[in-house]
Amino acid sequence: MKNSNKIKRRVFIKVVGLSGGGLFLASYVPLQNLLANTGDDPKIFAPNVFLKIDSNGIVTIIVHRSEMGQGVKTALPMLVAEELEVDWDKIVIEQADVDAKYGSQTTGGSTSIRRSWEPLRVAGATARVMLITAAASHWNVSSDNCYAENGFVINKLNNEKLSYGELVDEASKLSIPTDVKLKDPKDFKIIGKRIHRVDTPDKIYGKAKFGIDVVIPGMFYAAVSRCPSFGGSVKSYDAAKAKNISGFRTVVQISSGVAVVADSTWRAFNGRDALNIQWDLGPNAKINSDDIHNKLVNKSKADGYEFESRGDINKNIEEEKILDAVYEVPFITHAPMEPMNCVAEFKDGKAELWAPTQNPQNARSEVAKALGISEVDVTVHVTLMGGGFGRRLVSDFAVEAAEISKAIKKPVKLTWTRQEDMKFGWYRPPSLHVLKGAIDAEGKAMKFSHHIIAPSITQFRFAPDLPPKDYDIKEGTVGLEYQIPNMRIAGSIIKTPIPISWLRSVYNTQNPFAIESFIDELAFAANTDPVEFRMKMLPDDSRLKNVLKVLAEKSGWGIGKILPKGRGRGVALFKGYDSFCAQVHEVTISGNKIKVDRVVAVIDCGIVVNPDLVEAQMEGAIVFGLSAALKGEITIKNGGVEQSNFDDYEILTYNEMPEIEVHYVKNTLPVGGVGEVGVPPCAPAVCNAIFAATGKRIRKLPIRLDS
Amino acid sequence: MPKYTLTVNEKKQTVDVDAGTPLLWVLRDNLGLTGTKYSCGEGICGNCTIHVNGKAERSCVINVEDAVGSSITTIEGLAEKHDHPIFKTWIELEVSQCGYCQPGQIMTLAALLEQNPKPSRKEIDDALNSVLCRCGTYQRIRNAVDKLVEEGQ
Ligand code: FES
Ligand code: FES
Repeated sequence: MKNSNKIKRRVFIKVVGLSGGGLFLASYVPLQNLLANTGDDPKIFAPNVFLKIDSNGIVTIIVHRSEMGQGVKTALPMLVAEELEVDWDKIVIEQADVDAKYGSQTTGGSTSIRRSWEPLRVAGATARVMLITAAASHWNVSSDNCYAENGFVINKLNNEKLSYGELVDEASKLSIPTDVKLKDPKDFKIIGKRIHRVDTPDKIYGKAKFGIDVVIPGMFYAAVSRCPSFGGSVKSYDAAKAKNISGFRTVVQISSGVAVVADSTWRAFNGRDALNIQWDLGPNAKINSDDIHNKLVNKSKADGYEFESRGDINKNIEEEKILDAVYEVPFITHAPMEPMNCVAEFKDGKAELWAPTQNPQNARSEVAKALGISEVDVTVHVTLMGGGFGRRLVSDFAVEAAEISKAIKKPVKLTWTRQEDMKFGWYRPPSLHVLKGAIDAEGKAMKFSHHIIAPSITQFRFAPDLPPKDYDIKEGTVGLEYQIPNMRIAGSIIKTPIPISWLRSVYNTQNPFAIESFIDELAFAANTDPVEFRMKMLPDDSRLKNVLKVLAEKSGWGIGKILPKGRGRGVALFKGYDSFCAQVHEVTISGNKIKVDRVVAVIDCGIVVNPDLVEAQMEGAIVFGLSAALKGEITIKNGGVEQSNFDDYEILTYNEMPEIEVHYVKNTLPVGGVGEVGVPPCAPAVCNAIFAATGKRIRKLPIRLDS
Repeated sequence: MPKYTLTVNEKKQTVDVDAGTPLLWVLRDNLGLTGTKYSCGEGICGNCTIHVNGKAERSCVINVEDAVGSSITTIEGLAEKHDHPIFKTWIELEVSQCGYCQPGQIMTLAALLEQNPKPSRKEIDDALNSVLCRCGTYQRIRNAVDKLVEEGQ
């Protein structure tokens, strides 16, 4: 505490700039010296918000999305640098603070690369064109006689060179061109390469600053006690015991509960635990998981709102074999390794936040609303984050920190415990899926109907009167690639008081589980190989079909079809986020134990910006998907969450890691998302593999072979 | 308030904290060594792993008073020049995603390899099995460990 207090604000900002915000590559050091040696401030050329070049030649690229492990801090600058024609090892990468000028800064929905693909390349190309124009006019030659490479403009006629730094002044005076030409993919030098992550070294040396590591001068530490049942509130509290904790500073009531402020994290935790709070448990104190399950079941009896239909699902087909099944998934939670936290300082009517957020613009507006100040008076510095998976799209932790700082008139760091992270999350909703299907005498799928019943995140969070046509629960069930002549896709929502929100792939972790499992049921009923069965239903020009073909080949599907007893393999497909993914999972079952031995994944995400990052996202998505399928379950008792730590909310461990092989389809189609597309096929593929191994059809997650 | 003198990364430092304070919070809040991460606080996840007299231990379940007299190493002190073979292999194979669990992974592995440069698969599994990574970097950790063991580090 004392140590950290000694750090002056000015110094701290620099520390954040180095490790938390900006990111400097090895070669930054000499450049920095160069900067330090010049007497005057360097001039800056910044033709757009994504890059700046100063007269010392330092090229800074600004990352406007949040780095949470997916690699945007590397991949987004690759897009700018490609078109800018700079030496990758010489750029400086800076994390953007919150600002509308960047467009959306929301890191979710696998959009960072997809939505930036064009604008960031245009940003780089625009600067390049201007630098070339500046050099051409300096040499008095036509721009056509010049080209850019490695941070220089070169005169083709005489090989003379001018560095970008030397051109800053002249380029700054030019008007900004509006229709620059982008590079042909065949000329890419950076895009498509296995460029190393720029932030790995600091992270593994323990130097990188995550949100939880931020320290600002004069900062106190806070912990919050929240009502054990959702929707409850504080009736009264007695802080006498908390006041006896050494280092206790104060206690304040905020909108979500009661906060204890102390001079260290541990003392804040202890102070919080020593509070004696009388809760008004609110209207939900009697709600249990069973009640929610029953609501789902009740709604499943109706037909639901029809999202899509084709042919006639009710017509009789000669010699048809009819199947029906009900699938169910529970609440699950994000549980990133870094619990929620935020540093906030409210001073002179303004709030400054250091937040591990996927959604700085939302954090800003929520904080402004909570504090009754205007958005322009809220600054959000986006820190590194120890995983996000959608949890950090919600700004509750930022609002809490800001409220506490405003109340105590001091900067404060709020840290949630793991237990609070488990109990006060924003959960992926549960769902029930009613499926019906029919195959004809030839074993062809003739009918398919799917009714999903689930709480709606959009309805819960934003639109109490959400019209059925806008139900978000249809994600992953409408627009299926399968050509089945008679289809009906419908949905019903239920309301629950349990906070729900987006979690890596959201409803795509639910609908495809039911659909791809049921398709497998149809394949077996038709006595057809599951890959072949799917192939027959996919149109020839389908990218998904191509992915499945590649998968069959890479996984050795069909070769040595008969696995030893107790082993099985299953397949599942998914399209979404402008990408296509198929996976084969191989399992060994001994008793009630499931071991996933091997996963082969094929992805078509169009142009691959950085193969290493794509592979890492696929590996991570598979672990995430398997954790949910094999273990993930949040249960509700008395209006609150029962689980509290990684011992009762387990995730996959090192021993359980399957061998994962990732293959991608090479093409030059527009870039697709990769952060989420690998999750949806996991649950169905592993369940289909279990069926192949044991003949037992799993229709409820998490998978429990003993029930 | 009691004072405790700790030896952390070969430096003696005195802290003024309550008995029973987990070493994790002393390192993070009092000594500014934030490379040691908090995640579960109950000895389950291994993200807070440090070395106590060369052995991998979970700092969230060690009381400060029990650390007095021991030699404590944190990720910051593992190799001040960052020349540890684990670091090099970790970068080469791009093991890390969000990076949050990685100090714990690395400290766990470093202690194991220090004691036994050629551990068996089972010894490796036993050591790393309860260091949790939500980003799912286990396959790359496995590849990195295999490489390190093969190179006899
Ligand atoms: S934080 Fe210590 S083991 Fe998890
Ligand atoms: S790298 Fe993110 S938790 Fe392991």
